[in-house]
Amino acid sequence: MSCKEHQEQFQQRQQQWQELVTKACARFPERRETFTTTSGLEFKRLFTPADVENIDYVEDVGFPGLYPFTRGVQPTMYRARFWTMRQYAGFGTAEETNKRYKYLLENGQTGLSVAFDLPTQIGYDSDHALADGEVGKVGVAIDTLADMETLFDGIALDQVSTSMTINAPAAILLAMYVAVAENQGVAPEKLRGTIQNDVLKEYFARGTYIFPPAPSMKIITDIFAYCKDNLPSWNTISISGYHIREAGSSAVQEVAFTLADGLAYVDAAVKSGLDVDVFAKRLSFFFNVHNNFLEEVAKFRAARRLWARLMKERFGAQKPASMMLRFHTQTAGCSLTAQQPDNNVIRVTIQALAAVLGGTQSLHTNSRDEALCLPTEDSVRIALRTQQIIAHESGVADSVDPLAGSYLVESLTNQIEEQALAYIRKIDDLGGVVKAIEAGYIQQEIGDSAYAYQKAVETGEAVIVGVNKFTIEEAPPENLLMIKPEVEVRQREKLARVKAGRDQQAVQESLSRLRQVAEDGSNLMPAILAAVKTYASLGEICDVLRQVFGEYREQ
Amino acid sequence: MAKRIKVLIAKPGLDGHDRGARVVARALRDAGMEVIYTGIRQTPEQIVATAIQEDVDAVGLSCLSGAHNNLFPKVVQLLREQGADDILVFGGGIIPDADIPGLKQAGIRAIFRPGTPTEETIRFINENVSE
Repeated sequence: MSCKEHQEQFQQRQQQWQELVTKACARFPERRETFTTTSGLEFKRLFTPADVENIDYVEDVGFPGLYPFTRGVQPTMYRARFWTMRQYAGFGTAEETNKRYKYLLENGQTGLSVAFDLPTQIGYDSDHALADGEVGKVGVAIDTLADMETLFDGIALDQVSTSMTINAPAAILLAMYVAVAENQGVAPEKLRGTIQNDVLKEYFARGTYIFPPAPSMKIITDIFAYCKDNLPSWNTISISGYHIREAGSSAVQEVAFTLADGLAYVDAAVKSGLDVDVFAKRLSFFFNVHNNFLEEVAKFRAARRLWARLMKERFGAQKPASMMLRFHTQTAGCSLTAQQPDNNVIRVTIQALAAVLGGTQSLHTNSRDEALCLPTEDSVRIALRTQQIIAHESGVADSVDPLAGSYLVESLTNQIEEQALAYIRKIDDLGGVVKAIEAGYIQQEIGDSAYAYQKAVETGEAVIVGVNKFTIEEAPPENLLMIKPEVEVRQREKLARVKAGRDQQAVQESLSRLRQVAEDGSNLMPAILAAVKTYASLGEICDVLRQVFGEYREQ
Repeated sequence: MAKRIKVLIAKPGLDGHDRGARVVARALRDAGMEVIYTGIRQTPEQIVATAIQEDVDAVGLSCLSGAHNNLFPKVVQLLREQGADDILVFGGGIIPDADIPGLKQAGIRAIFRPGTPTEETIRFINENVSE
């Protein structure tokens, strides 16, 4: 059949189908006039080859492990090794969290992920007035190197990779990790893992900032430079869309604002004199995965392609590794319901499947009880088993990027890339991400999406099973994991003991040295490492930096 | 015409999750109330000072970090100490069932948890702000 004949036949069949549709809709009207994704992209009734006509397979889709990496960053993806199963965990004291890590590792988890409590994330010791009621609540409390030693006791740091969700004080926690490894006899170059170290999104989506943007960017580029020479296998940043999505953004906005932050970090590093092809391979990303399954799969593919293109076109990256968007994914905390919490297991399964079909490098699956409390051991085991079932039983990991070529998925991939790029250009026009934050633009965009979603839920246009439909009377949930107030007392006592037992002169000297370095602008990392080794506390170190750099205040 | 109800939405403590606080603030505004949002990381002292200075009818506290048992009662206590106990105080966030009786006893009049329609909060304020 000639191409023309084929085309005619296509149109003829499409016409026949349209007639069927008209009849069908007359008898059974469709559930809605239009169907859209969270980003407002249209789910057409049917996607056909006509929707992907403008796609050039080689240029736009290509092959896994090759530019523009739409199909994945590795040539064989999960056929060689599954994604890293990495459950974010941390609560109470370092002793309790150490026990949870060992439980997770015994159950087949393949990487650690540390959740720190809020005082640690904001640079306050557990005995600070502002730490009242917050110690050990949303993560583990770390005041000094002594706590880090307990946290990783009996865990060989050359055998695991560790992700630390730490931003403003990332340099200090990384230094503590290096010091613990040294005590274990593990050299820094053997260490594998990630610090989140993404301060920009803290200003508009997560809130654990300490310093103003300029010194924050300086600390981040210091870390890039230090790791390049000392921790070559360490991912120096995890540029995070997760919290942007949790704050209420759409999928397109998540991609756009995350990559915009990424561009700002690359730009700052290049301006500080680093070579893009030296540091960019250690950049990593962190995304959310939500319920709208096909949009989510397309989102990951679009993000990979767009980042590769931006790195090549804007920064002249040459090496493939500098253009690869490698990412961790966490299922959507904000999609969990306190009502009928077992339903969350199913939500998490759908989300996790989308992350795997989107080509994630590592994955955290939320526990069913996280809308109520910290996850219990039973719940976290089910969450981990969910990943193991997808990996070993579903077959989806056995062929690379299996949804490629779907007219719908390729079309959505294209649309998400285009719309995210439009946002990035808008941010460029505003003068970059920092200016866009200062102008309140990003906050406004996210806030509008969050409010529109809430409205949709309240009108019933968006159905949440067990919340606004299919509700039941429920007894209050039982067996919740709660952090007792004694944790705060114990942690303060431990800090007092450590402070009493250390060489005070060495602490003071190391802090003076740090102040000098902060003032003269040289790399902060060596002075921070020296300070943590004297058991100077996180709060003491941050206080020195606060005095030199000032503090950020929300406008 | 009745005076517009004035509400302070506040984020005590170190918690940065303010999606809920912002959505509620906007819904109250859409319902005709005058709303001030403090932004994140406020101490109970700062919240009470703002509430008194702005002469609000109600204060809504939001906390998702688990520090509510320390922070919410402190706000009520400080309001009382300053003779502003006519201000209606309510809260929201990840608050376990077990903590609710204690919070109510401390003077937090209602707790709204995830999944609460904003209509419910609006109705509560309209019914409970003293004329």
